[in-house]
Amino acid sequence: MESLRKGLQRTRQSFFGRIAQTLGTTEIDEDTWDEIEGLLIQADVGVDTTVKLVGRVRSRVSREGLIKQAQVQRALKEELRGLLDDPPPLNLSGRDLSVIFIVGVNGSGKTTSIGKMAYRLKNAGRNPMIAAGDTFRAAAIEQLQLWGERAGVPVVAGLPNSDPGAVVYDAAQAARSRGHDLLIVDTAGRLHTKFNLMQELTKIRSVIGKVIPDAPHETLLVLDGTTGQNALSQARHFQEAVNVTGAVVTKLDSTAKGGMVFAIYQELKLPVHYIGVGEGITDLLFFNPDQFVDSLFDENGRS
Amino acid sequence: MFESLTERLQEVFDQLAGRGKLTEDDVDKAMREVRMALLEADVNLKVAKDFIARVKARAVGAEVTKNLNPAQQVVKIVHEELIATLGEAGRLNLSGPSPRVIMMVGLQGSGKTTTAAKLALHLRRQNKRPYLIAADTYRPAAVDQLVTLAKQISVPYWEEGITVAPPEIVRHGLQAARDADASVVIVDTAGRLQIDESMMAELAAIKALADPAEILLVADAMTGQEAVRIAEGFDTQLDITGLVLTKVDGDARGGAAISMRAVTGVPIKFLATGEKLDALEVFHPDRLASRILGMGDILSLIEKAEQTFDAREAEKLQRKMLRNEFTLEDFRQQMQQVKRLGPIGQLLDMIPGVGRLTKDVDMSEAELQFKKIEAIINSMTARERRDPRLLNASRKRRVAQGSGTTVQDVNMLLKQFRQMQNMMQQIGKGRLPKIPGMFG
Repeated sequence: MESLRKGLQRTRQSFFGRIAQTLGTTEIDEDTWDEIEGLLIQADVGVDTTVKLVGRVRSRVSREGLIKQAQVQRALKEELRGLLDDPPPLNLSGRDLSVIFIVGVNGSGKTTSIGKMAYRLKNAGRNPMIAAGDTFRAAAIEQLQLWGERAGVPVVAGLPNSDPGAVVYDAAQAARSRGHDLLIVDTAGRLHTKFNLMQELTKIRSVIGKVIPDAPHETLLVLDGTTGQNALSQARHFQEAVNVTGAVVTKLDSTAKGGMVFAIYQELKLPVHYIGVGEGITDLLFFNPDQFVDSLFDENGRS
Repeated sequence: MFESLTERLQEVFDQLAGRGKLTEDDVDKAMREVRMALLEADVNLKVAKDFIARVKARAVGAEVTKNLNPAQQVVKIVHEELIATLGEAGRLNLSGPSPRVIMMVGLQGSGKTTTAAKLALHLRRQNKRPYLIAADTYRPAAVDQLVTLAKQISVPYWEEGITVAPPEIVRHGLQAARDADASVVIVDTAGRLQIDESMMAELAAIKALADPAEILLVADAMTGQEAVRIAEGFDTQLDITGLVLTKVDGDARGGAAISMRAVTGVPIKFLATGEKLDALEVFHPDRLASRILGMGDILSLIEKAEQTFDAREAEKLQRKMLRNEFTLEDFRQQMQQVKRLGPIGQLLDMIPGVGRLTKDVDMSEAELQFKKIEAIINSMTARERRDPRLLNASRKRRVAQGSGTTVQDVNMLLKQFRQMQNMMQQIGKGRLPKIPGMFG
């Protein structure tokens, strides 16, 4: 057990930084590739994507005759960056009232992200309202109301355990009649494998569309940045149920690297719009693919 | 999806001619597949390497017996090593003077508050006198959440809002718990990152004054490679005594459990398996190992069935399954009962073999598949259901026509059913379950 501990210690200390080190000092050999592969895996990039990436960099090395380690590192970064596109702007303008629908599994950080998002959008000159669509989890409504107070954004809520569809319906009506230009809809966390709960989500989504044509305009999946390969399964299931248009990746102030973002974008073309990097109201940042790729090579977290 | 491990291994061994012993080269090929599968299940890279070294040491030179072909042999060793790595089913250590203290710690969103309430309910059902302390003053409404849950299960609690420092809250709460003659006090703490020094110092302060018998790290079953750093961080700073794995009712393969167990050496004590407050299970290493290997989980299914049906029925079903007296008629009845149990895809995965019918299809397709199977069985006569061997070509055509399916569908169901029976037989004899369709 002791050696395992030490091994992990070593792995952590060096982490992605080791790629730079390895590539900077030694010749490319099989160990280099193992190293790169291992470090991609440890960033939760996933086996398939890692194998593909390493394959591409390998063929570039032979095709372009790369010898210098720094060139290999650049190639790896380029390939990683090539897996992502710049996220398109959020589709939240050009109409009287835009709606963001927030979904995700339990504990991924939906409510917190909504608080930060509302604050951010309000500061950007919008006039948001929040719908407390999580009527299930104990005190979820109170949690959202406190975030609403912090952000200075009104929250429309129903009673605990009431029908979330009805709450969302009321909120959509209220947002329109009170002249808000943005409605952010919270929903209860649910595991993507729960058929009935996913059906409920589909229903809530269609309720929004009944009040506001074409809504929701953005459906954002909130993913926990410490999640591993299961994130892809979450994204697939939620996309199928409610046609997710983008993602928010939370808890990236941890030492987790959020590498599952690559596979999710490759397979589902789900752009990441925001990342959560702390518990403060300003700890929500726009996703920047260049910085994200760079951060994979950082020794420490993102912040 | 983890079923692909056994499939992959079979592919590797298919390429090898029949032989009596596993050579190092055979094992190396197999180990590469095992490694990939473990990594896909989010087992930490280093932990996976260590694990594979142990399996390899055992597998090289292992005799290929009459009962097990090379792939089965390797799977058996992997399975046994998984069980060994996952460790004994952990029990709570609650001996000593009352009240005993349990601290719940973990990352944000891992499920501490809900698990604290579940644990309180679990303990009360064991005739303990649980007491809850709300010491999460950071997350908005976390105190309200714990209070709401405590009221739901009628467990006494202590809260002081969010303006008092958490260690102070715990100090007062412990006194109140003693006054209330509680036997176990569960302290809910705020979620925090293991690298957050001041927040970790706060936990250390609570630990120092509460002298907890248990410090349980509550961790999300979907956690990726980060799991080792989380577990190591909390363990180094607090000496945790156990792990609770949450959201196990999803489709995560739970590799994080292996990682965290391996790096801390502390036992996994509970699995949280649902949103209801009684969805807390004592951890069984053999079941989680089977799940990780995609072997189905017939025991959990039977347990779940027992909770839903009357015990006699479930026992009958279990006996029949194990004695291989399970007919298509039983199968149909079981399916009808299973439908009452909840999300079908989840349950199908627990029935060895049936999960494969619905591999790679989503839940609604699984429902359709379910209906199809039911229609086929419904179109059979009672005798055919009891003895499917009666089904010759013309009978199969009739059944297919009657159920609006094809003869291929009927054949597939029958094949699947035969494989299922075989597996039941293996389990009944206490052997390694044979995964249908994999070891040809």
